Amino acid sequence: MLYREAGDFKTTYASDNQTFPIRFDRYGYYLVLAVAFLVVPMFINDYWANSIVVPFLIYAIAALGLNILIGYCGQLSLGTGAFMAVGAYACYKLMVGMPGLNIVFVILLAGLVTAAVGVLFGLPSLRIKGFYLAVATLAAQFFLIWLFTRTPWFFNYSPTGMISAPTRSIFGYPVTGPSASSVTVYLVCLTFVVALAWLARNLTRGTLGRRWMAIRDMDIAAEIIGVNPLMAKLSAFAVSSFLVGVSGALFFSVYLGAAEAGEAFGIDKSFLVLFMVIIGGLGSILGSFLGAAFLVVGPVLLKLLLVNQFGWSTDLAAHLEIMIVGALILVFLILEPHGLAALWRTIKDKLRLWPFPH
Amino acid sequence: MPDTLLFAMEAALNGLTAGIMYALVALGFVLIFKASGIFNFSQGVMALFAALTLVGFQNGQIPFAHLINAVLGTRIHYFGWNMPTLLAIPATVAVMILFAWLVERIVLKHLVNQEPIILFMATIGLAYFLEGLGDLMWGAEVKRLDVGIPQGMSGAVDDLTFGWFGYGFYLDTLDLYALGIAAVLVTVLVLFSQFTKEGRALRAVADDHQAALSVGISLRFIWVLTWSIAGIVALVAGIMWGAKSGVQFSLSLIALKALPVLILGGFTSIPGAIVGGLIIGVGEKLFDFFMQPFIGGATENWFAYMLALAFLLFRPQGLFGEKIIERV
Amino acid sequence: MLDTQDDGYMTADGRKIGGVAMEMKNITLRFGGVVAIKDISFDIRWGEIRAIIGPNGAGKSSMLNVISGFYHPQEGDVFYKGFKRPRMRPYQVAQQGIARTFQNIALFEGMSVLDNIMTGRLNHMNAGFLKQALWWGPAAREEEENRAKVEKVIDFLEIQHIRKTPVARLPYGLKKRVELARALAAEPEILLLDEPMAGMNVEEKEDMCRFVLDVNDEFGTTIVLIEHDMGVVMDLSDRVVVMDYGKKIGDGTPDEVRNNQEVINAYLGVAHD
Repeated sequence: MLYREAGDFKTTYASDNQTFPIRFDRYGYYLVLAVAFLVVPMFINDYWANSIVVPFLIYAIAALGLNILIGYCGQLSLGTGAFMAVGAYACYKLMVGMPGLNIVFVILLAGLVTAAVGVLFGLPSLRIKGFYLAVATLAAQFFLIWLFTRTPWFFNYSPTGMISAPTRSIFGYPVTGPSASSVTVYLVCLTFVVALAWLARNLTRGTLGRRWMAIRDMDIAAEIIGVNPLMAKLSAFAVSSFLVGVSGALFFSVYLGAAEAGEAFGIDKSFLVLFMVIIGGLGSILGSFLGAAFLVVGPVLLKLLLVNQFGWSTDLAAHLEIMIVGALILVFLILEPHGLAALWRTIKDKLRLWPFPH
Repeated sequence: MPDTLLFAMEAALNGLTAGIMYALVALGFVLIFKASGIFNFSQGVMALFAALTLVGFQNGQIPFAHLINAVLGTRIHYFGWNMPTLLAIPATVAVMILFAWLVERIVLKHLVNQEPIILFMATIGLAYFLEGLGDLMWGAEVKRLDVGIPQGMSGAVDDLTFGWFGYGFYLDTLDLYALGIAAVLVTVLVLFSQFTKEGRALRAVADDHQAALSVGISLRFIWVLTWSIAGIVALVAGIMWGAKSGVQFSLSLIALKALPVLILGGFTSIPGAIVGGLIIGVGEKLFDFFMQPFIGGATENWFAYMLALAFLLFRPQGLFGEKIIERV
Repeated sequence: MLDTQDDGYMTADGRKIGGVAMEMKNITLRFGGVVAIKDISFDIRWGEIRAIIGPNGAGKSSMLNVISGFYHPQEGDVFYKGFKRPRMRPYQVAQQGIARTFQNIALFEGMSVLDNIMTGRLNHMNAGFLKQALWWGPAAREEEENRAKVEKVIDFLEIQHIRKTPVARLPYGLKKRVELARALAAEPEILLLDEPMAGMNVEEKEDMCRFVLDVNDEFGTTIVLIEHDMGVVMDLSDRVVVMDYGKKIGDGTPDEVRNNQEVINAYLGVAHD
């Protein structure tokens, strides 16, 4: 009976337009934020941070980025892995090249570099659509990874071909490098996630978001009513790549610590993030989070169950996992093309009317 | 004749054989795209799966042996007999037809009239599923595939080119067979689509779904048919590649290169798939041969995609495709 | 003939029609070997309701596509507000104050009715990228101001009840109305309507006629309309262009067109002997 909109009259367009028009949702959101910032840091340990929470936060940023491109602007990309690599390598070069620069700015700059590269590879989208574009982004995927593994300048001529993050701190707390504690890493990632999700929400609900969605739903009609397709598509590529780049930079600097392009950012990453977006829900900010959570937590649970509980070999569990993920993609596309976010909406709609559904 | 040119020619010749491989996978794509408008990302994994199944049958492996062992605690792996190749191939074909039927039943039927991009993503899901299934059924280790095609350096080619240039080209006999088999396959497909009732129905569906439905062609039958044919084409591709470099996961990555091939050749053209495959196969070998000293090796990883990308910017409809006039 | 001096003319019901807004001069449009429009010239005047009629395949929609910049004619020019229009992308034409609806509804199916109509306002909204990202000052204010304008259009077309419904769920007649709303939200100077009444029942047609007349009357919008229903065309429009096989075979008031022998032949057929 708490979940109500009756009696909650909107008297301005601003309040009708807000992100959480239902009061209960709004308070729920504040509660989640409060718990995430105040309660979780008290309990988080290395295992939880490394295997679930931090990867979830970082992938959520990448999924958010890809969702803007696919879910909002309708441009399919299979190059997410490579764009994450651009973020990671830009982050590395900036960390090493400018040791005095605060890590937060380094990560944001890495995002901007990725945005520029994304726009470059987004240019073909003006002439080609759908899976043609997917192939163009595959070109980005394979070319960039080849570039990063073959050009010693990118990994500062290190003999292993790996890049590794030196120690950098915020307010005296180390964030990267071996001495970083899981609490600081968690808080940094969380702050990035909250800020970027807020930006993404603002962009998608305003004019820019409408331009993207118009292009997605019917590009010809969009152009005829006055959407400049060049600007719409390239801005989507830029924003999307920025987010993916930030996610790549975080993935390398605060999570992995050391990385090699082909291994950490191969085409599997592209598919993983794509699957997060599909399962979570195309064209939904919340969906990006749900999808990332699902595909981060799911495999961990499956492994816990099969390997630790039943004593299966890890190989076997991995094969089963691939199969289940593939099957889930099919199930979602067939039954609920808008993913977990749509399921959540349906539940909320039911809840709003409960217990008198007529 | 200068040595560099000779080496380049040899590289091109070897590229040609890789090209046939790409062309075979691309052929499977084209068949399905023409009949159902679906861009079947899983074509490459289908080749892998078909090859795995063939090896499994030949060696008398028990399907899902690892899974059964893990669940029941048994230690079974083999039935203890070897199936002759001539029996194993029809058995694999039957599996691929069953697979086609299941795909139609479980997936395609529910995705009719969805946007192409959704269908495309569905086939990515299908590819993952099939990959996991293949590994689970037959195990993930690299397997040797032998269907009795002779392998090793072709003496005839060596002698012939030595006579011409004073330098013998290295060419695998297997590749020569691949060329012949690919030619036969394409001929059979063309004859089938031109001279049989099913072939005519297939072309009708490719032309216009609605019209084909209205004259009483069963769309669902046609889909099962095309996916079956694509499965058989995948099996041929799987055999060729598997015999050459073993049946392993990298096969499905090779198959990804069929995508740029299709961009070059156009999505609906069978000759386009063949020509596109050969261009990419030769192009990447030559590019790598000439550019290696300057930018380093392994350019085959991306050359095909970059070529396709450049091509897209100038001729988005492909070599043999028709220009589309957009309407509102 | 009407007296069409440059200062306009008076209609039968006493409305004052202005000077030439847009002029088509010798437009020829080809697709490969097919000639869709053959050497057609006509003008559109401020404030009038101008109809283009003709049998199927006459080239009417192609003509509308030329006006909205989607097709570029091989020969001939479009003059707008007295100046020759250079080759433009469709969105640039839209920014010049020309809005349109489509024969086969072209709404954005994944968006709500409100968002669809808001897209009509895109050319009036120009808050910068960063301001939008931070939802700060001008961006938020602009959103509200334009929302208020859109709400007026929603009131005008009587679609308040479906404001937040996803477009994909609407019936055909309402979709047509939402599409008109999107075009109106752009506050166009010239409104192009491609078969706005196609596939509607009598009641829906009457509603749509009323809206078209009201738009012309209240906002003074110039309207170019393609329609098959002769009754509707003759009632609504001030002047009519008749096309057949890509050629213009008649141009004038509904009465003039009705009595034009060539038009009668095109519509009723002609005896070959």
